Amino acid sequence: MTEGPTATAATTPGSENGSALLHMRGITKRFPGVLALGGVDLDVRRGEVHCLLGQNGAGKSTLIKVLSASYQPDEGEIVWDGESVRLTTPVAAMKRGISTIYQELDLVPGLTVAENVFLGHEVSAGGFTRRGEAADRSRKLLTRLGHGEIDPGRLVGDLSPAGQQIVSMARALSHDTRLLVLDEPTAALDQEEVRNLFRVIRDLSAEGVAIIYISHRLEEIREIGDRITVLKDGRTVATGLPARETPTADLIRLMTGRSIEYVFPPRPERPRDTGTPVLEVRGLAGAGRFRDVDLTVHAGEIVGLAGLVGSGRSEILETLYGARRASAGTVTVDGRKLRRGSVRAAVAAGIGLCPEERKSQGLLLDQAVYRNVTVSSLSRFAKGGFLDSGAERRRAGELTESLDVRPEGVDRAVRTLSGGNQQKVVLARWLLRECRVLLLDEPTRGVDVGARTEIYNLVRRLADDGVAVLVVSSEVEEVLGLSDRVLVISDGTVVHEGPATDIDESGVLDLVMEGDVA
Amino acid sequence: MSDTPTTSAPAADTARVEREARRDDRPGRLALLRSSTGHNLGLIVALGLLCVVGVITAGDRFADIDNAMTILRLAAVIGVVSIGMTFVITGGGIDLSVGAIVALSSVWCTTIATQTMANDNHWLVMVGAAVLVGGGCGLVNGLLIAYGGVVPFIATLAMLASARGLAEIISERRTQIVSVPAFSDAFAKEPLGIPIIVWIFILVSAIGWVLLNRTTFGRRTLAVGGNPEAARLAGIDVKRHTVLLYVLVGVCCGIAAIMLVSRTTTGSSTHGLLYELDAIAAVVIGGTLLSGGRGTIIGTVLGVLIFTTLSNVFALNNLSVSAQSVVKGLIIVVAVLLQQRLARRSDVT
Repeated sequence: MTEGPTATAATTPGSENGSALLHMRGITKRFPGVLALGGVDLDVRRGEVHCLLGQNGAGKSTLIKVLSASYQPDEGEIVWDGESVRLTTPVAAMKRGISTIYQELDLVPGLTVAENVFLGHEVSAGGFTRRGEAADRSRKLLTRLGHGEIDPGRLVGDLSPAGQQIVSMARALSHDTRLLVLDEPTAALDQEEVRNLFRVIRDLSAEGVAIIYISHRLEEIREIGDRITVLKDGRTVATGLPARETPTADLIRLMTGRSIEYVFPPRPERPRDTGTPVLEVRGLAGAGRFRDVDLTVHAGEIVGLAGLVGSGRSEILETLYGARRASAGTVTVDGRKLRRGSVRAAVAAGIGLCPEERKSQGLLLDQAVYRNVTVSSLSRFAKGGFLDSGAERRRAGELTESLDVRPEGVDRAVRTLSGGNQQKVVLARWLLRECRVLLLDEPTRGVDVGARTEIYNLVRRLADDGVAVLVVSSEVEEVLGLSDRVLVISDGTVVHEGPATDIDESGVLDLVMEGDVA
Repeated sequence: MSDTPTTSAPAADTARVEREARRDDRPGRLALLRSSTGHNLGLIVALGLLCVVGVITAGDRFADIDNAMTILRLAAVIGVVSIGMTFVITGGGIDLSVGAIVALSSVWCTTIATQTMANDNHWLVMVGAAVLVGGGCGLVNGLLIAYGGVVPFIATLAMLASARGLAEIISERRTQIVSVPAFSDAFAKEPLGIPIIVWIFILVSAIGWVLLNRTTFGRRTLAVGGNPEAARLAGIDVKRHTVLLYVLVGVCCGIAAIMLVSRTTTGSSTHGLLYELDAIAAVVIGGTLLSGGRGTIIGTVLGVLIFTTLSNVFALNNLSVSAQSVVKGLIIVVAVLLQQRLARRSDVT
């Protein structure tokens, strides 16, 4: 059906003469309450390394899931090798030669390298696996990737992350891959392993395999990429930019410049850092994820943590909430030190968390709104263990009304609400507990544009009522717009601290992408 | 979706979200069937049909007050176990050891030592022994699962083996006959013409309903079973709660053991065989989610009654136990398929 990748060989990386392999036009994908992709265009040529750039939530992951047919697009056309195709299942995409290697490698640790490489299309005869041949063919693929030293008989679970990645790529190549999608492939690799990976990528593109390369690291893109497509808010804002020549400033402007301006509530003019802080964190460290984090939040203040995914932002929040165990450091609320690693101690001290994964960590989706609101304050509605659900409904009703949760009705299942309204339900939970410190992890993830401003206003209103708020977001603009003070996190340490008005989005991106102070 | 793809202004998005949310409001044709009331109604209809079949095939032998009491007495023991099982399953767990705990409790409360103490003091000694043994087994299960990190299936499987083994050791595999007259007298009473053990079943069901639907304990059970991570982050002590759930089912097993001892006037290591399967089946066709987070006591009671009535109808018609098992299996499969079908449709809208 498809010609082998070698048939289109001899295109050198970086050259413009690669012929068109893939055109995605006007790809649109909606999820309930969110427009994830609003008409994305992408074209990829044979043998090129095409970089996909964009902030978190720009739609990169959704786009590659559409390409690998994990998602079906609502609208748009995919032209593959000159022919308009509908990719209905991941297997169909694979058969056309599209392979995706996700950040979370999808290998079976308990099987051998060879078994993983041919998982789902085992080398067999009459129903019996042919282990010898599978091993031979795996060895050939691994050698082609420059890693002939990996024994096909080894268990994948025993390999390093870099080795596992090579096995993933071998698996992709076992399918006659013509387009390989790599999602943040270097996230778990050290420098030497990154160099190896790049060599493999160059070899593949020299053989005519096209690569879609997703990374936050600009220096990598400069080194390995040919052309760049920039996504922002689910749209293509630039395509076909030369990877080496395009100035960093232009790329950052493209990634951050917005078609929709969020409206942030005004900051109150008041002297900062007065009095004793409500929340005080000293020398907090979490094994391998972050270290030496000092931060303070005063009553009425919003402090933001900015940083990339994997920088340790969310881990810091979860650790000071007691949901992860700290390896060092202290957390103090209103002068009282918290017991380490105890959520109950944190909640008792007046800390509330709106977690990053609202649906899996925050909500009881199938339960009524009022039950989600009262779950942290049940004792308040109980006499001798018996719940006064009338009082629960009334109180939850008042709170959800004051937060303008729509549609109204405290008996409806939380699942039926939109992302923004679900977030308000979580906020109502902590309002009810009258918490002193509110931790917000990605407060507007999955919240559509219109509802964001509402959430921002709500958070500011809480702060004005004297709550100390700590916000984490991968959207730099959100952190800067919402906070009074910002801490920039990179590789698990605080690299910058200062008033939010003293730094702009590109300044933050410089800090986290280039790794040094601008 | 008739929206043009180009609109993504905040106002349009908000309007769309609201519209979608409102759509969930609309009472669908299946809304009643999906609700727990509808599910219970379905079970009542099934039970009614079963009774009609009973009347047609066995006539007066089925439609007889004594026969009704027989059904209820049989349902009572497994019913109490199933109430406990409802809590564990709603809380996201499973207990395979209920039958073995019933056996161990029944043996422990009928040893010569216990019976002598009961004769010397009060027959309630036997009740206390059974409940303590049951609760103790539950405590061990709960601690292993919550703090030892053993998955419920394995922890309770181990308890299944050891508790019955222990029962055999204690009883030396002999049937222990009850010779505590006060005990037998107490359980022979029939207030309002209804046997004591049926009253116990009614009482345990009522307490179970209140506990699940009206108390903080019940609410936390739903939270822990529905989303343990969210429950933990909301400040609920998930581990302690899990232990309590297994203690609760253990206590239910202890109560069931006493009922069984009074009904059979014996304690035996062979009591309660396969109760775990009967209880899980009743809970599941009752409408409790096996994955946790949703539970119904009324559904469980109806589930128990359906299975017991089925056995009765089969027995009255001189049909084999084997045929009964086949039908039981079919009922479980059909009930679960139906539930899943309905659940999926409610997801789509």
